[in-house]
Amino acid sequence: MAWTWFHRLGSPPYIYGLAARLTPWFAWLAAVLIIGGLYGGLVLAPPDYQQGDDFRIIYVHAPSAWMSLMVYSTMAISAGVGLIWRIKIAHAVAASCAPIGASFTFAALVTGSLWGERMWGTYWEWDPRLTSELILLFLYLGYMGLRSAMDDMQRADRASAVLAVVGIVNVPIIHYSVLWWNSLHQAPSVMQLAKPTMPPSMLIPLLMMLFGFTVLFVALLLVRLRAEILNRERAASWIREAVTQ
Amino acid sequence: MSEFLNMGGYAAYVWPSYGLTLGVIVLNIVWARRLLAKSREDARRRIEMRGEQA
Repeated sequence: MAWTWFHRLGSPPYIYGLAARLTPWFAWLAAVLIIGGLYGGLVLAPPDYQQGDDFRIIYVHAPSAWMSLMVYSTMAISAGVGLIWRIKIAHAVAASCAPIGASFTFAALVTGSLWGERMWGTYWEWDPRLTSELILLFLYLGYMGLRSAMDDMQRADRASAVLAVVGIVNVPIIHYSVLWWNSLHQAPSVMQLAKPTMPPSMLIPLLMMLFGFTVLFVALLLVRLRAEILNRERAASWIREAVTQ
Repeated sequence: MSEFLNMGGYAAYVWPSYGLTLGVIVLNIVWARRLLAKSREDARRRIEMRGEQA
């Protein structure tokens, strides 16, 4: 039947095996894209006519910032699916996202701060974009803290999922902050395919880095998901045994 | 080469940015692999203990 693939996606042993098989493909693709993007960004791209070589921070800053939002969206959607349809594997995906997202949010904040010091003359400003991105880091840390504070996995799943879903309101705020308010931060320069504001020599390495980071996220998520499945399944079999004895 | 490392005078900002981001990538890979190794070890030990009891 056409529906069997859908049921298999909820089956932990199937997901565990699939994740193990897919990980090397995503990992190697990420390595090729990131190494190529680094070479393109550091060596092949010309210096910016206004910012000189300082603009090259974009090749690590923009992909980190993209990860912070994309990983949070993945986490919140999985958490929402887990809450609504009570799919355990969805909670496992959400839990696996948080440390990855938090670390790249941290990277986006620090690289942005280093870039800002030269371009704006300050490491930090309570600007809408910067402040909302800092709140995103706190959301990730709050999510992780909440999970680790609860011993019961099901309660931790549900409570942290509510936090993740509510927190997604921050994602469009971060994205549109530079358009809605007077922000120091520049407006988007990639997400306008009609008229890109960069020449191809600058844009292609950036797209490689953005895609490379995304594929890296998938590889990391697959490894973490396997660990989550092992931890959760172990508990399930333990309960089964306790009941039959 | 020294011109490349100098980054047009922005070396003190460009290289720490790249260093930090690549550090975050490497840490993420190490963390994920360690987590999986630990979970596998825990699961294996669990199964062994269960085998002894049976």
